[in-house]
Amino acid sequence: MSQPEGKSSRALEVKFVPDEDVLKHIADDAGIKVRKDKSQLAVSVKKLVKKLENISDDEVQEILEEDDYVAALGISAQDPMGNGSSVSGGEVYSFQTPKSSSKMAELASELAQAPGQSVAPCHSECPEKTAKTPQSSSKFCGASKKREFVSTTPYRLRKRLAAPDPCLESESEYSASCSEEEDEENQKEVSSVLSDQKTPAKTKAASLPPPRNTLAKKNEDKMSNLVEEYFEAHSSSKVLTSDRTLQKLRKRRLNQQTLHDLLKEAPLAYAAEIKELNQQHESLFSKWMLQLRLGFNIVLYGLGSKRDLLEKFRTSVLQDSLHLVVNGYFPSITVKSILNSITEEVLDHIGTFRSPLDQLEFIMKRFKEDSPVELYVLIHNLDSQMLRGERSQQILAQLSSLPTIYLIASIDHINAPLMWDQAKLSLFNWLWYETTTFSPYVEETSYENSLLVQQSGSLALSSLTHVLHSLTLNARGIFRLLAQYQLENKDNPSYPGLSFQDFYQQCREAFLVNSDLTLRAQLTEFRDHKLIRTKRGADGVEYLLIPVDDSTLTDFLEKEDEDV
Amino acid sequence: KSLRVYLQQIQEDLNKQLFDNLVSFLRKSHSEFQEKTTEWTCRMKAREIPTAALVLGVNVTDHDLTFRSLSEVLQNTVTPYIAFLEAKDCPGIKNLMQKLMGQLMNCNIDVDSLEDEDYVQVSQNRVRCSMTSLINWYENVTKKTDSETASKKRTSSSQHWQSPPVVVIFKDMESFTTKVLQDFIVISSQHIHELPLVLIFGIATSPMIVHSLLPHSVSSLLCVELFQSLSCKEHLSTVIDKLLLTTHFPFKLGVKVLQVLINIFLYHDFSVQNFIKGFQLCVMEHFFSQPVSVLCCQLEDAKKRVNPLSHEQCENIRRLPSFRRYVESQASEKQIALLTEDNFLKETIQKLLEDLNVYHENYISVLRCLHVFTSSLPKYPLGKQIRELHCACLENQVWETKEYESSLQLARMLNKSDLETMLQQCVEIFVSSPENEFDKTVKKLKEFLTQFQKLEDAFQERDVSVPSQKELQKKTDLYHLQKTLLELKESRRSKKLTKFEMLRFEVVDYIDSLVRNYLVPADHKTLHEIVYFNTASVLREHLNAAPRIALHTALNNPYSYLKNQALKSDGGSISNKAPDICIVYKLHLECGRLINLVDWLEAFSTVVMAGEGLNADTASSDQVDDVIHARFIRAVSELELLGFIKPSKQKTDHVARLTWGGC
Repeated sequence: MSQPEGKSSRALEVKFVPDEDVLKHIADDAGIKVRKDKSQLAVSVKKLVKKLENISDDEVQEILEEDDYVAALGISAQDPMGNGSSVSGGEVYSFQTPKSSSKMAELASELAQAPGQSVAPCHSECPEKTAKTPQSSSKFCGASKKREFVSTTPYRLRKRLAAPDPCLESESEYSASCSEEEDEENQKEVSSVLSDQKTPAKTKAASLPPPRNTLAKKNEDKMSNLVEEYFEAHSSSKVLTSDRTLQKLRKRRLNQQTLHDLLKEAPLAYAAEIKELNQQHESLFSKWMLQLRLGFNIVLYGLGSKRDLLEKFRTSVLQDSLHLVVNGYFPSITVKSILNSITEEVLDHIGTFRSPLDQLEFIMKRFKEDSPVELYVLIHNLDSQMLRGERSQQILAQLSSLPTIYLIASIDHINAPLMWDQAKLSLFNWLWYETTTFSPYVEETSYENSLLVQQSGSLALSSLTHVLHSLTLNARGIFRLLAQYQLENKDNPSYPGLSFQDFYQQCREAFLVNSDLTLRAQLTEFRDHKLIRTKRGADGVEYLLIPVDDSTLTDFLEKEDEDV
Repeated sequence: KSLRVYLQQIQEDLNKQLFDNLVSFLRKSHSEFQEKTTEWTCRMKAREIPTAALVLGVNVTDHDLTFRSLSEVLQNTVTPYIAFLEAKDCPGIKNLMQKLMGQLMNCNIDVDSLEDEDYVQVSQNRVRCSMTSLINWYENVTKKTDSETASKKRTSSSQHWQSPPVVVIFKDMESFTTKVLQDFIVISSQHIHELPLVLIFGIATSPMIVHSLLPHSVSSLLCVELFQSLSCKEHLSTVIDKLLLTTHFPFKLGVKVLQVLINIFLYHDFSVQNFIKGFQLCVMEHFFSQPVSVLCCQLEDAKKRVNPLSHEQCENIRRLPSFRRYVESQASEKQIALLTEDNFLKETIQKLLEDLNVYHENYISVLRCLHVFTSSLPKYPLGKQIRELHCACLENQVWETKEYESSLQLARMLNKSDLETMLQQCVEIFVSSPENEFDKTVKKLKEFLTQFQKLEDAFQERDVSVPSQKELQKKTDLYHLQKTLLELKESRRSKKLTKFEMLRFEVVDYIDSLVRNYLVPADHKTLHEIVYFNTASVLREHLNAAPRIALHTALNNPYSYLKNQALKSDGGSISNKAPDICIVYKLHLECGRLINLVDWLEAFSTVVMAGEGLNADTASSDQVDDVIHARFIRAVSELELLGFIKPSKQKTDHVARLTWGGC
């Protein structure tokens, strides 16, 4: 581990270049040479060769078996397949190995000056810049300062970047200062995993490869430690990352609306290419139609929103037929609502059902009649949070197995196919279509409660006021008491809630209740409306909490004050 | 549009074959079943419920069809009272009873269309779902049907016996909760006197499950009899046999396609249903994408369809590679005629189609014949199943393969009785084949058979060969001795071929010649594109898709989808001009289990600004551009939607990674 000598002076930043990095650079150069002038198909072979050098034997074995299996499936490498199949499974699913926390910043700066970028070199080399913006540079290395290991990412999978030319230049630039430090350091910790490097403050420290000859040997024996490192990385459940938060960024949180507006301004990258992709997919419409009619159901997968594509399919082909569009990404969609819209709007049935299963039975019966209705069902995001449950999928599968219901759906989640077992798959009778569109998931993510988007809380607030208005004055007072107490304690992160006894005392003092039974009755009512939550503490005492965030609560109290 | 009709017809045929297959199996199990029910009375005393444990194998998806036809058969022959229970409908005993009664009473209404007023009411208010009400219902019903049969002699009810049993089918016994099953069995065993109940358990794993699911006290109430359904592999063989190895269907599968289908079956699901689905897809795909598939129908229709072909369609045919090869092999004036005159072309097409048809007929017969030989060889060099042989023959010229060589060698070592039975089988195959081209072959094979027969007769009369040992003793000269020994050895080598052996050689050679004549791979035939579907990649894409790999490719290498030079990069890296989500994804790969959003955002903005050629100086301040911030938010929430990350409560402003390593 690093010696903190560098930290004494603010002007200097300690930069860690873990061995792995060094190794990465060296391995890279070897790799790139081989890789050049090779066709796309040969890449997998090359990787195998590379792996043979790097990876312990059993892993290679595994990969070979995998290849056998792939060959057994009848796709040999020369088969002119789609883009996807050239990637072997071993690449997609692989081991976690430890990783230094500086990796991301590092990769970013490497990417920033990837070859072909004329601007990048001067930006990275420009010394005035570092002088001008000390705080930004410190931020960049902030991650690296921590110098703990973070788990994840197999090194073999990580796509290595070709060390760009500017990098080499900068190396020569800094090499003098590097090597001095390095020498002493090397002697101190030949066996340690990390080697330290003291370099002048710079934004792109990461891509700086240390002098190769000194470190090359050290790397050799590190290879064998990889397995141990893997377990090391997994042994501790604690993950260490930098402590920075968005608040310190002095950045206001964007709310949904401004976000939307901002994104509208931003031009869509590669619009022409995306359009071309879409046109390719649109040429399949007639084929989809035929296949739907023949009893298959169609599922679309691939990166990018497939909503527009399905919409286009709907408007261009399904205009004259009965169809139902289900927005699976909508956060309050349920199977019941889907079934309801079928029974009420498609079958014109008025009446309720005891359970979704009964409803399903009814629908199936109706659709099996002699002159059945033909219905096209389009489901955007079949794998959404609300629909991915086992029961929902079972019901949808049974619906889709009806001969006159034609289902076309899209999935996005990487693990979406895991929703279906053999039985459901056979009910769905899927035909898979890869429709990578690269279009942004505008609608789909607008409901996702993103971390970065400010929660307006307007919904919670309105429901709060709504419920409270229907209550008695005393009840409102009780709730106010609790809310105020909670706000007073908002800075206490381990605030357990207000204990029942204390609360009762307070309420009595405010002349709100006369016995603890009345209070309990009142609390039950609150609980029924999900206004409060109770939990038992370690000492068995009941604690009361309002499960609403503080800002909403403040708003609520302000509003209450206005009303009163 | 005629295509669709045609397609549907093929599908129907497909299902019918499957169905016949199943029904025949069911009949078999059913006959035993009937016997069992006749012994009813003695069972009743022991309070045992007769139970049929139906072992169906792991291909759960096929079971549905099996059960459907089973209940149909039972309905027609044994009893109108069938209840069909699935585990997912019966989380508790109450639901089970409800379901059971609902089904029984409803099906009864369907059967005797006369509906008694009060009877309907009973089924309407199914409030009281108890065994007693079930028994009452049963008594009512049987009494009624008895009186009806007495008075009206209805045919439908006379099919059933006097007191038809109530059959309860548990479709997926393993997934029922044991409690429910136990309760149901115990309860119903109490009432077995009044209610003749028969249970059928559908079992996917092994019959032992009955005993492991139920304690002894419960399983002793059952009188279990085991039935084994056809294994899925056999099922598949039958389907392949009926579907592919007939001249009934003009449509054929190419070798790659067949291999993909079989591999999906063997490696993924063992589901015949899925195999058929794949086949349907092939048919559809063939008719959809291949323009010359118009001619893919029965020979007579095809001939009719040749004449009205338009010039465009003729051109399509001329473009077929196999047809080009054919043209090149013709004389020059004929070549010109083929390429320019549509009418001449049409004539030739008709002839070629006929050839193709004949080829198929011969192919199948000879293939079966060869299969008879190879399937009994030790170690099965050419495969045990006829489908393997079929694949081998389609793939390339089978007689050039090593496996064929070794199997011929093994065939030369067969003993006589085996050989005879095989020949007999071959004769049968050829006789049953519709083509009369095989008359000669049949004659020849019969000749072989009679020769074998004669051989046998001759063998008994033949004396033991004269020992030449005596001569050897006379001459003591070393040189002569050596010479005679050599002679002897040589003569022995040639003489060792007894008549039988010579005949055996002849037979094998004859079979070999048949193979060489008739088992030419299909893609050597002219116009094979019309009937063979060969694009296996399409099939794999649609049936055995890999969504995750597609995502992986799109994120790692956007160039493979977006053909823009700016995105082109080598060595697996992505350029900084890649779509936002790719950059964000790439950056997140470098992180551990938790990702700090601030670091992420900054890294992202560095990359994006460099990518857009913005000089870092302009945005030198700490503040990230709003638009970039917004783009970052969008990209992160997209990753969340795709399931790569999720919000984490462990630390403020952190997200947790959900994937390992690369994807």
